[in-house]
Amino acid sequence: MKIVVCVKYVPDATADQQFESDNTVNRVAVAGELSGLDEYAVEQALQLKENAEDPESVTVTALTVGPEDAATAVTKALQMGADDGAQVVDDAIAGSDALATSKVLAAAINKIGDVDIVVCGMASTDGGMGVLPAMLAERLDLPQMTYGSLVQNKGTEFRVKRDGDTATEVIGASGSVVIAVTDQSGEPRIGGFKQIVAAKKKPREVWSLADIGVDAGEVGLSAAWTAVESVEARPPRTAGEIVTDEGGSGAKALADFLASKKFI
Amino acid sequence: MSEVLVLIDHVDGAVKKPTFELLTIAKRLGEPSAVFIGAADKAAGAAEAVAKYGAEKVYTVDDAEIAGFLVAPKAEVLQQLAGQASPAAILISSNIEGKEIAARLAVKLESGLITDAVDVQAGPVTTQSVFAGSYTVQAKVTQGTPIITVKPNAAAPEESAGAGAVEAFAATVSESAKKARITKSEPRVSSGRPELTEAAIIVSGGRGTGGNFEPVDALADSLGAAVGASRAAVDSGWVPHAFQIGQTGKVVSPQLYIAAGISGAIQHRAGMQTSKTIVAVNKDEEAPIFELVDFGVVGDLHSVLPAAAAEITQRKA
Repeated sequence: MKIVVCVKYVPDATADQQFESDNTVNRVAVAGELSGLDEYAVEQALQLKENAEDPESVTVTALTVGPEDAATAVTKALQMGADDGAQVVDDAIAGSDALATSKVLAAAINKIGDVDIVVCGMASTDGGMGVLPAMLAERLDLPQMTYGSLVQNKGTEFRVKRDGDTATEVIGASGSVVIAVTDQSGEPRIGGFKQIVAAKKKPREVWSLADIGVDAGEVGLSAAWTAVESVEARPPRTAGEIVTDEGGSGAKALADFLASKKFI
Repeated sequence: MSEVLVLIDHVDGAVKKPTFELLTIAKRLGEPSAVFIGAADKAAGAAEAVAKYGAEKVYTVDDAEIAGFLVAPKAEVLQQLAGQASPAAILISSNIEGKEIAARLAVKLESGLITDAVDVQAGPVTTQSVFAGSYTVQAKVTQGTPIITVKPNAAAPEESAGAGAVEAFAATVSESAKKARITKSEPRVSSGRPELTEAAIIVSGGRGTGGNFEPVDALADSLGAAVGASRAAVDSGWVPHAFQIGQTGKVVSPQLYIAAGISGAIQHRAGMQTSKTIVAVNKDEEAPIFELVDFGVVGDLHSVLPAAAAEITQRKA
């Protein structure tokens, strides 16, 4: 059985973000890391392997698309326990939107071939659109089992608990599937020293767009189907009035403030 | 004038408020045509509701055959409708399902997709808030039919009577779209309070509640507000995940946000930073949340919140 877990290299979420003159995110200035939400996907991929009838026959491949530094995301997944890694690197990819990224990922998954399960995080911690897993399911023509907080399977029969907008649902599908998990699906493990050492020896593939059969003209900033017109830093919030509660004065001051703003 | 398709977000035919906001926005872009995918016997009621907010046409699609499958069939229906109506844009609510429908539709129609718009003007030009609300971005779709998902509270819904001409649309849904079955569905129990993502006022509790949400509930009810929570409170098992506000929970932008016992980590800020007015109550005067607030009270939420709730109830009486 082959499992592919898609991982994204993102700017450190706690750092100040910057934009380039072409309105793309500066992905060099800020140190990057494996998107925190993708660690949950790696964890589920590893659990699917461990719970399989013959775990030795299952491979977990960590797949990423991004600049050279994105190898960091694959390394982290290998340290957690993934078996091998694959990265699509090509200058033409810079500035790709989610539609183009999903096209590259789908082509890479097809290049890996005979993939049984694709696992993704619910969203990235930078762009945060949360649309990529659905796009992958559409492109690969596989059942979409997204926003999962619990993943169960008996062989190729899958059940995913989905905490939807207005209901909690159980999604069922069989055969090959695309699964996306939330941060409620189970805490990701931390690779130990032995695994960190072992990760260095694990096989990794690096592919160009040509290697996976994607035309460079179909991806990147110039081929994006949306264009950013302007980017503006939000004016910093100026600190407001702070009062200290003394014997009930805080509640009254709060009510006065809410009344002054016409909330009561 | 070109049609603008608006996918109706509803629960058993009851149209949700963000749909009226979408219709208000659609009028800026063209002629609003609402799309109802649901039970045939609920179509007339939904059509009447959206006509009040300017829907000139209402396409109704009986979902008897597709209700048991996740997302994919709805994207196919919209694809076929778009083929017939050649709309100027397609507007969908920015919630989990709405964004996934939009994602699949964008691939099918080979069209650009913009999610989480907080405003849409003629063009259409969208406004989005990115990186935890630290930047505002204006963007437009440059290829195909603009597909835009819009966040709740992006516009004040304006009543204006539309013709509301009902047109039944017979979609043909492929077997391919019926691969992910919904085998069980439990509607979330309604709290009787406004829905978190749509509420004008939200009162949230965090670690500082120590697991006692009664003061938070009391203040929320005095203001007619929704109740939210930080991840710390959810992870401690004090409230369900549906309450979580932040990067991995709901992203909200109400008129008033009151954070009680929440320190204000970046992940939480990402979910509430664009609220119009922010108030915090926290024992720790060094808590980073105080950097964002319009008004802050340094004090114990367990005494401040109930007293404030009583004061507000009295003033409203």
